[in-house]
Amino acid sequence: MRAMVYRGPYKIRVEEKDIPAIEHPNDAIVRVTLAAICGSDLHLYHGLMPDTRIGHTFGHEFIGAIHEVGSSVQNLKVGDRVMVPFNIFCGSCWFCRRGLFGNCNNTNANNYAVGAYYGYSHTAGGYDGAQAEYVRVPFADVGPSLIPDWMSDEDAVTLTDACPTGYFGAQCADIVEGDVVIVFGAGPVGLYAAKSAWLMGAGRVIVIDHLDYRLEKAREFAHAETYNFTEYGDIVLEMKKATDFFGADAAIDAVGCEADGSFFQHVTASKLKLQGGGSPVALNWAIDTVRKGGTISVMGGYGPLFSNVKTGDLMNKGITLHTNQTPVKRQWPRLFDHVRNGYLKPSEIVTHRFPLEHINEGYHVFSSKLDGCIKPLVVPTAA
Amino acid sequence: MTVTGPYTAQRPPITESAEQLRERIPGWGADLDPINRPSATRLQWQENTGAHWEFPEQQVERWPRERSVEHRMLPPVFGTAQPPRWLSGAIRKYSYATYSEGRAVRWLLFTLADRVDAVENHLVSFLRLRPDNPITETGVLSEFTHHGLRSRFGQRRADPKHQWLDPVIVAGPWVAAAGVATSGVRKLVGAVRH
Ligand SMILES: NC(=O)c1ccc[n+]([C@@H]2O[C@H](COP(=O)([O-])OP(=O)(O)OC[C@H]3O[C@@H](n4cnc5c(N)ncnc54)[C@H](O)[C@@H]3O)[C@@H](O)[C@H]2O)c1
Ligand SMILES: [Zn+2]
Ligand SMILES: [Zn+2]
Repeated sequence: MRAMVYRGPYKIRVEEKDIPAIEHPNDAIVRVTLAAICGSDLHLYHGLMPDTRIGHTFGHEFIGAIHEVGSSVQNLKVGDRVMVPFNIFCGSCWFCRRGLFGNCNNTNANNYAVGAYYGYSHTAGGYDGAQAEYVRVPFADVGPSLIPDWMSDEDAVTLTDACPTGYFGAQCADIVEGDVVIVFGAGPVGLYAAKSAWLMGAGRVIVIDHLDYRLEKAREFAHAETYNFTEYGDIVLEMKKATDFFGADAAIDAVGCEADGSFFQHVTASKLKLQGGGSPVALNWAIDTVRKGGTISVMGGYGPLFSNVKTGDLMNKGITLHTNQTPVKRQWPRLFDHVRNGYLKPSEIVTHRFPLEHINEGYHVFSSKLDGCIKPLVVPTAA
Repeated sequence: MTVTGPYTAQRPPITESAEQLRERIPGWGADLDPINRPSATRLQWQENTGAHWEFPEQQVERWPRERSVEHRMLPPVFGTAQPPRWLSGAIRKYSYATYSEGRAVRWLLFTLADRVDAVENHLVSFLRLRPDNPITETGVLSEFTHHGLRSRFGQRRADPKHQWLDPVIVAGPWVAAAGVATSGVRKLVGAVRH
């Protein structure tokens, strides 16, 4: 089969690989029909996630058709059209039983802290991902769901990670009616988070980024007020002014470890890799813009090491911090209702489709934010 | 003057009423009641996960699977992509077997192994006659087809300030290696001449 493989920082190519085999009785092999590139993939692509091996296939947002099932699979049969959450989870460990599907203890041999995800390095368990023609899907009776008839493929693929993460991010902000919510980052996760904040009853939603074309999307798609941080010498002060000197009730970090806005923080973290946790610019802005006693929801991805986070202000202000890898499948029933009712149309932020054979260009365009790119999809050869 | 803002107990109301927001934003307030938010209670018992086992069957371990020292046992299911091999594999296995997630050295060893892995694989790619091609593999040609200049310049973007570093990161190790090799050859030639 054809599969994208990692060749070192900023380098990928498409190679011939064996079609994955059933390795466990509850495995399925899925023929990928549509995949996406996620902002998280950029952290791998830039060489920021430890233990990303040469030859690894990325890709954790995908839909497809069941190609083969293991002997204990009961809920799916060959040919079924499925959407697969990015989390690989057993459904039966202490964490899964309590709904922490992003923190399964039975699927990542490499780490305790990190759950298992498709195509996300050995730090996330060493599973090849879905930017390929076929992918191994463990616990086929637990993760995948049949794609509802009424749902489009583009909606389905964005519902495997980015959209539920925005929705979960808004929940983690503990929004009450009338709250002022600031979302850092107008990428897919930030856009969905901003949109979801209204569903929870926010009174104002402000989105901050430095890419005007994404801020425009935030105004259209997420009905948000927007600020381009490069226009202000001090975005924290600007946010205080914009909120009658309260600060926001809640802030959502939808940026993560490659945050811009400070040349020093960005270059030491993302380029020179001296801050193994990543650039904390957006998280620090969140800490400093939220009001005292406010809440921060961290959806942005960070590395496993330290970075220069403003713990002092976090503590002094009595801020509540909520975080996690999204338990995707837990979001689905309610989120499907919202999509069906037309409250949320996830595919509206899809901008590009790249054939698998040209995925190198897809990564470059998305990573360098060229051509108005917000959410790129990947179409496998056999699809 | 009237004092407003956080200096008083009252907060000025937001400019739009709930009715106006509902009018303007489809679905506004649909999940106002936390009962409708799937993860409002973050830890909540899940009866129907699809798991029809107390504990999953064990996946066959076809080669000694590296495992974190923070795991008492090999989990029942694990990834089998890119088994560790060569020097990079030895470093990775050592680190997994030795250090907890609390030790910086654990992660720094992985970062080191990643660089070793890259060198090993690039050497092999030459032997296999499929050397890495930095032009195609970085996708930079899309600069020409996807408005590289127009997307960056005349915009208020922060990233062009450091994007010039990207090619340095890609090419840097090769330039350095070439430099070391050339100076090595020079020394050798010099030594032979003497
Ligand atoms: N928690 C989860 O389960 C989960 C799931 C998916 C993605 N993520 C993470 O969410 C983050 C966002 O993902 P995405 O797909 O939207 O990525 P993306 O790269 O498309 O978006 C990030 C956005 O942040 C902007 N940005 C950079 N610095 C900023 C700053 N200082 N302030 C405000 N905005 C800034 C960028 O311009 C960009 O538009 C990533 O870190 C990703 O790893 C987490
Ligand atoms: Zn993702
Ligand atoms: Zn589990």
